Amino acid sequence: MAYELNGATIEADEEGYITDLSVWNQDLAKLIAEDENIDMNDEHWEVVNFLRDYYEEYQIAPAVRVLIKAVKKSMGKDKGNNKYLYTLFPYGPAKQACKIAGLPKPTGCV
Amino acid sequence: MSDIPEEASGIVKKFLYVNRKAPHGTIYALESLEVVLIGAAFEQDVSLAFLDDGVFQLVKGQDTADIGVKNFSPTYRALGDFEVTKLYVEKESLAERGLSKDDLMEIMYEDEDDDWEEKPSIKLVNRTELAAVMAGQDVILSF
Repeated sequence: MAYELNGATIEADEEGYITDLSVWNQDLAKLIAEDENIDMNDEHWEVVNFLRDYYEEYQIAPAVRVLIKAVKKSMGKDKGNNKYLYTLFPYGPAKQACKIAGLPKPTGCV
Repeated sequence: MSDIPEEASGIVKKFLYVNRKAPHGTIYALESLEVVLIGAAFEQDVSLAFLDDGVFQLVKGQDTADIGVKNFSPTYRALGDFEVTKLYVEKESLAERGLSKDDLMEIMYEDEDDDWEEKPSIKLVNRTELAAVMAGQDVILSF
């Protein structure tokens, strides 16, 4: 599949993960989020930005279990828990937030 | 998603992933790392061993820009998040390649049982000690 943004075509795989990580920007993130029925607010952005930082540092998109632990470490236990993250991203915080963040599908997700 | 609740986990076995090849000339090192990360979701007792040219996988300051492949070496530093905290590196293999512990990346984990204190994941062992580690495993996967 592909996304259409400001007249440009952005390639993505069959599940909607963009294939060229370098073309990501915030407008594209909003467009991907729309497809996922997510209206991006500050809390969504916080997780998306956290994932981008995590990828930048470790070159890996974490699986949900690891994401929750890492968020807990960085933002505290009010945010680093299943309920909070699944409320933001109902179809899986790692899967959906990684897609919006322009990262590959998390390693360890099937 | 591979989000398996703890109560659903069964028998815990000791898995050792043996890495013996240089990181970027073949696919073995990356494949091994990906299997380790995926396997970590199953909450087994996982260790990694690095010997022969496999010790090069942990060398710090790797730069793959000129060979057109992804530099996945930073990912070893995320292993602690996956609760993979035992990385055995064979001393003889390092010495034979003119390497020392200072040439390797610093890989840390937080010890849940010790007030989350940061501890090094890399453990230098000699050939005899590594043989003992291998003898104590249930499953050994060689890459």
